[in-house]
Amino acid sequence: MRTDLAVIGAGPAGLAAALAADRRGLRVALVDAAPEPGGQFYRQPAAGLRAERPQALHHQWRTWVGLRDRLATSSVRVLSEHHVWCVERTPDGPAVHALLGPEQEKPAEVRATAVLLATGGYETVLPFPGWTLPGVVTAGGAQAMLKGGLVVPGRTAVVAGTGPLLLPVATGLAAAGVRVAALVESADPGRLLRHAGALAGKLPEGAGYAARLLRHRVPFLARHTVVRAHGDTRLTGVTVAALDAHGRVRPGTERRLPCDTLAVSHGMLPHTDLAESLGCRLDGLTVAVDAEQRTDVPGVWAAGEATGVGGAALALAEGHIAGRSIAARLRGTVPDPGEWAPAARARARMRGYAAALDAAYAPPAHWTDRVTDDTVVCRCEEVTAGTVREALALGAGDARTVKLLTRAGMGWCQGRMCEPAVAGLAGCEPAPSRRPFARPVPLGVLAEQHEQHTERGPS
Amino acid sequence: MSEPLTCDVVVVGAGMTGAACALYAARAGLAVTVVDRGPVAGGTTGAGEGNLLVSDKAPGPELELALLSNRLWAQVAQELGRPVEYEAKGGLVVAENPETLDGLRRFADTQRAAGVTADPVPADRLHDLEPRLAPGLAGGVRYPQDAQVMPALAAAHLLRASGARLLTGREVTRVLRTADGAVRGVRTDRGDLHAPAVVNAAGTWGGELAARAGVSLPVLPRRGFVLVTEPLPPRVRHKVYAADYVADVASDSAALQTSPVVEGTAAGPVLIGASRERVGFDRSLSLPAVRALAAGATRLFPFLSGVRALRAYAGFRPYLPDHLPAIGPDPRAPGLFHACGHEGAGIGLATGTGLLIAQALTGGTPELDLTPFRPDRFPRTTKEAEQ
Amino acid sequence: MNPLELAGAGPGPAFEVTFDGRRIEALPGRTVAAALWAAGVTSWRTTRGGGRPRGVFCGIGVCFDCLVTVNDRPNQRACLVPARPGDVIRSQEGTGRAD
Repeated sequence: MRTDLAVIGAGPAGLAAALAADRRGLRVALVDAAPEPGGQFYRQPAAGLRAERPQALHHQWRTWVGLRDRLATSSVRVLSEHHVWCVERTPDGPAVHALLGPEQEKPAEVRATAVLLATGGYETVLPFPGWTLPGVVTAGGAQAMLKGGLVVPGRTAVVAGTGPLLLPVATGLAAAGVRVAALVESADPGRLLRHAGALAGKLPEGAGYAARLLRHRVPFLARHTVVRAHGDTRLTGVTVAALDAHGRVRPGTERRLPCDTLAVSHGMLPHTDLAESLGCRLDGLTVAVDAEQRTDVPGVWAAGEATGVGGAALALAEGHIAGRSIAARLRGTVPDPGEWAPAARARARMRGYAAALDAAYAPPAHWTDRVTDDTVVCRCEEVTAGTVREALALGAGDARTVKLLTRAGMGWCQGRMCEPAVAGLAGCEPAPSRRPFARPVPLGVLAEQHEQHTERGPS
Repeated sequence: MSEPLTCDVVVVGAGMTGAACALYAARAGLAVTVVDRGPVAGGTTGAGEGNLLVSDKAPGPELELALLSNRLWAQVAQELGRPVEYEAKGGLVVAENPETLDGLRRFADTQRAAGVTADPVPADRLHDLEPRLAPGLAGGVRYPQDAQVMPALAAAHLLRASGARLLTGREVTRVLRTADGAVRGVRTDRGDLHAPAVVNAAGTWGGELAARAGVSLPVLPRRGFVLVTEPLPPRVRHKVYAADYVADVASDSAALQTSPVVEGTAAGPVLIGASRERVGFDRSLSLPAVRALAAGATRLFPFLSGVRALRAYAGFRPYLPDHLPAIGPDPRAPGLFHACGHEGAGIGLATGTGLLIAQALTGGTPELDLTPFRPDRFPRTTKEAEQ
Repeated sequence: MNPLELAGAGPGPAFEVTFDGRRIEALPGRTVAAALWAAGVTSWRTTRGGGRPRGVFCGIGVCFDCLVTVNDRPNQRACLVPARPGDVIRSQEGTGRAD
């Protein structure tokens, strides 16, 4: 199919952009992998579960209802269950290549004049002994399964790591009947207070969570970390310990908490694969955009977590600006930023929050010390920290060479899970990886496209 | 010059060729320093499949080098053991129709005369060798000498075995020469290294390094994509490719050419090479190239249609205009030795190249005649002629 | 309180699927992973190197740890694929493909 704008990702950024562009008369296709729009943040219970109170699992419910209702009355064409594996630059504009349905075996193509990358992000979890045991899940994963499947993995959970996601996950699990044995946060809450100025708008939200933790009697262990997950074929408990001011374990503070679930998170990373293979300039790990959310590739915009992790409100503001910019630019006019001044102000404020949160929630400085040589780092290829360290001794100076010498990052997930850990062990800054295929693609699909393209004309 | 010598020889490039040069030079008794602007195996070595092929080479100097190299690889692999993932799996070249098969058989006859083991395989025996091969192929030729290594691991382990001093993350900005033109070391972004001999094992960037020594060597990049599948149980036993590959390898065309080379790996994924196109150092994904690779591979092995490609990567094969590498001393700069321009065969040809360089460095008689590989065999550029 | 009660869910009748030959009940709309979790199953794959058990990790289709064989189709992400009546779900060993 052919459209004016293809929006990739139906989370807050994609929804806001699609609605803004639709209202200004563009033909918009909203391309998303999930069965229903919403993204991770507004993930809804599966329709078959007929939930009457989905809001019990959500914050900012009214914002979602607004977006949902406007989408329903808009002309936006929602292409759900489209797993985009590549956006190709062609002489007639970007071509979006997707695989259909949960099986991802059949191809679909969307041709557009402009594309907005609203691809969101995914969680970082840094390795520790035992982190591959069943029962250890990402905090966001526990939340996604709860929001979408109305299901929890066990009876007793520890929520651990660092970052603003831990609070809603702990309170969400507790509300769903899971006993939350502890919320283990490695950062120092005092550091949050140091950023109180920048976070002023966020403090009521934090206070709300704190009250809920109290109500569910969830012990909050600040400046603590999970040292090890125990179990043979299933998680049976974790050892937690206090951290000193330098991020090292304080000797003698280790204690064991029995649990069957550990929900763990060390922050978020943006999905930049599509941007990278389009040739968009990245700024560190995020897609670089201008004030209109334009990338440096003509016809390609980006918004939301892909341009910097900052949460749903920031994504909404960025998406709105992107949608208006695209509408103006495709009509050949120069947009007036004054028209979206409120969104621009919200964007600036939210980016300030994000920076303050980033500074406050950082993984403890010496986390690699606790990664024993027998700890698996690459979950797909089962590469241990010891093997990574041997590769470093062989002359691998960076994460890419470690990957070449050890296969860390060469498996199904293509390094999305282990990259921060490998970079940490190598002592270098994480750098964006090249993933020309944002998703695994059946060779049969590629082969068939070859036949089609060569039939059309000389190759 | 009164500067103390850093070592006997500086090898520029910590890829497969540099590693092999270091190994044989060290074994010849030389003190070796290897310097690379990136990490170990950071260039073309890290983007190849690890082909040790005799099957794709016509009789001539390159085939002789390949035969020598394959013998040396077997020795090296025995010494270094499992970490280099050496596998003497053999190659199987198949022809889709009788005409191609005729050509392939005639080609194999000439190779056999040059010392290659090449066993004709009739159509009805192909599936004994490769049970999952497509039906209806005309026949093939089996090459037991073809083998495979994991290139990055091989480079790293050869370097370690050499005992050479390894300096990574250091770029050679100039090859230092005395007033009378002899090489006296290299200048790097972090200090000088003094040595009476310098080996240019900079691969695709070999032309640039030559220029930094004041000589010309027309090394150019040819981009190749490799597709990597999900991990599979052992399903492809040999290096399997279609007979048209040989024609593509030798081709001078700048346009995209793809002929599938399919092989399993010890780690599980199947690798599918090898497209060839001359597009400079452009790393961006070319969907037409990877689609053509997938089409070729699924034609050879239909079961691959239902297998997923997890990634594709590009590498730049360094080639010289006559498709032969530059190996040996450079008469234009005494003390400078070249070991680059092996195109897509650098992993396979590395051991032989390393041995020849070590023999040249120590003044021994090279095992092969180096004349066809002379680095000064190309016409001088206008700029040089003016000088 | 459980999650279904919390969200006021009133799903249609449960249907049957099998997991390694055992019958389990699944609610309409749930993914294979959610159905298995609800049945108390947290691992359904063993790794191809160490033979270690794995199940859901990221829960959003990124990590590929929850790979499972559904109706003889290997390497399906349990966290993405909806369970359907009669599904034959099997634990997956290694590559998920017979040698």
